[in-house]
Amino acid sequence: MEGQELPCVLIDCIGGKHGVYEDHAEFLKERFCLITMKEYLENKSFLGKKIRAIYMWYHKPVINEELLQSLPNLKIVASSGAGVDHLDLNLLSSYGVKVSNTPLTVSTDTADLGMALMLASSRRLVEGHQMAISPDTEYFPANWLGAEVSGATLGIVGMGIIGYKVAERAKAFEMKILYHNRKQRNKEEERAVGATYCEKIDDLLQQADFVMLAVKLTPQTHKLIGKRELQLMKPTAILINISRGLVVDQDALVEALQNKVIKAAALDVTYPEPLPRDHPLLKLKDVLITPHIGSATVKTRHLMKENMTESIQAGLAGLPIPNEVLL
Amino acid sequence: MAEQELPGLLIMDVGGTHGVQESLALLLKKHFCVITMKELLENKKEMGKKIQSIFVSECRPTIDEELLESLPNLKVIGNSGVGVDHLNLKMISNFGVKVTNTPHAVADSTADMGMALMLASARRLVEGSQIAVSPDTNYFAADWLGVEVTRATLGIIGMGRIGYKVAQRARAFEMKILYHNRNRRSKEEEQAVGACYSEMEDLLQQSDFVMLVVNLTPETEKLIGKKELGLMKPTATLINISRGAVIDQDALVEALQNKTIKAAALDVTYPEPLPRNHPLLKLNNVIITPHIGTATVQATHMKAEEAIANMLSVLKCHPVPSEVFPQ
Repeated sequence: MEGQELPCVLIDCIGGKHGVYEDHAEFLKERFCLITMKEYLENKSFLGKKIRAIYMWYHKPVINEELLQSLPNLKIVASSGAGVDHLDLNLLSSYGVKVSNTPLTVSTDTADLGMALMLASSRRLVEGHQMAISPDTEYFPANWLGAEVSGATLGIVGMGIIGYKVAERAKAFEMKILYHNRKQRNKEEERAVGATYCEKIDDLLQQADFVMLAVKLTPQTHKLIGKRELQLMKPTAILINISRGLVVDQDALVEALQNKVIKAAALDVTYPEPLPRDHPLLKLKDVLITPHIGSATVKTRHLMKENMTESIQAGLAGLPIPNEVLL
Repeated sequence: MAEQELPGLLIMDVGGTHGVQESLALLLKKHFCVITMKELLENKKEMGKKIQSIFVSECRPTIDEELLESLPNLKVIGNSGVGVDHLNLKMISNFGVKVTNTPHAVADSTADMGMALMLASARRLVEGSQIAVSPDTNYFAADWLGVEVTRATLGIIGMGRIGYKVAQRARAFEMKILYHNRNRRSKEEEQAVGACYSEMEDLLQQSDFVMLVVNLTPETEKLIGKKELGLMKPTATLINISRGAVIDQDALVEALQNKTIKAAALDVTYPEPLPRNHPLLKLNNVIITPHIGTATVQATHMKAEEAIANMLSVLKCHPVPSEVFPQ
């Protein structure tokens, strides 16, 4: 008897700027019949019926109503990463399509990057490196100083999986940890990392030397940090964003940095990504920007691929879906 | 009755490119009659007799025989910082002058710097920040990846005060920690940070990150040479927060060019700064910072306070907290 056909899974493309990695594609092809968007568009009526899952890598392929209407047998969308703000969850639900993400897999890398940004910004690492290698450098000036991370106060806005891992790391630097979250964590969890709940975000903003944003992007957290919040922060404080660009009112941030309302910002995320090349944030000297690399390690990307594969397989078999995103 | 005169303290300068900050000068003036090198040179005979102590910061003023001969009442040289490899301890001792350093003040900020360099190197932070702001960037590539720090293996060479604080921090990143030291730490100390004592060869062969935290002595000069670099993994990163001379720099250049190791992150080099045509400045897998391990507002003050306490204890014939003896 012939082997059972592998289930058909839609992907954007393989390789190139945003495609599934070549070595990942090999793994996936052993388990799925991969159909690229190009192949699908060339043969919509035939392939549309066969596609039962979408493997969404780097937010592609873009899913809209038109696509959903042409994939009558679509059961599940597996999205890479933790954020699902790029998906219309209500729309997908209305078509009976389940959604999964990879929140746990990205958590340690993202927490690590939050720590990396805090340390690099506070100690002026990038500036220092540029001085160390500059052709114009003849000596290292005395009194060229940064600010200490050890023993400082860290305010974590958003104490989910990632925020909590940031707290675990910051504790080892003997930081005083404040956090703001929709819900207070339980006492054991707070005690384990020495974190104090701030029901009002204002209290956190006024006391923190470092404010780290680790919330999800939702309508409630859109522009959570605006002019008012920035003014509540200390003039010596540094804002670190490892969540989504839209959590910060970027125009207000530019103004706050220009007027020295806060000292510096370190952003792994902006809106859009990349920023337009003439954006003021690119020119401010107290801003460190990284190209959304929160989960950008070889190991984590492999784990994401494995998690997404598991979710798709469970979804297609009608089993409980690991990392299902519920409305 | 005449005011009791404060003991004379020689410093390089106040302000300028190599002088102490104003705020530190004020602190010193509370306990000493502060005399700058310029003032000494203008009136050697009178000023020379007054000087009982010297505050050495960032290796200045240079202590040579000529200077020591002109200071007949010199009792103590208080170094700001823990490393004293720039001081000829034997020569100074022959003049009956004590030397003190500041091991406590430097520990947290230097350990933080080690962590900052490890994270920045692993996650390609400097490169990433350049991509984020480059005028040529019009997208962020999906396959641009770094390596994980969480759960990787860190080998700490030199487990003194600073090395131990590095271990405390690394533990929070769930790192596997190996260490090598002249003396083994107690079981309790090892268990508290989850560190395993290793022979040098084993540490080099197993570590993803090798961090140098020894002090510079004749025994540790060129501790890391061609052989040691050859033992490291080709995927490993070397981090140096000790002294440039602990590494055979030529061997390091060769190892990086031949991909014997993956990358290096150096807060210290020999000399500082490196000559502008030095190959280390051109390698793209090297981060260099301008010896800023203790360059924070807080640490600079703590160093001055610790140096003051040490110098006063010598002048008052009290037990000296941190005296350094010639080998």
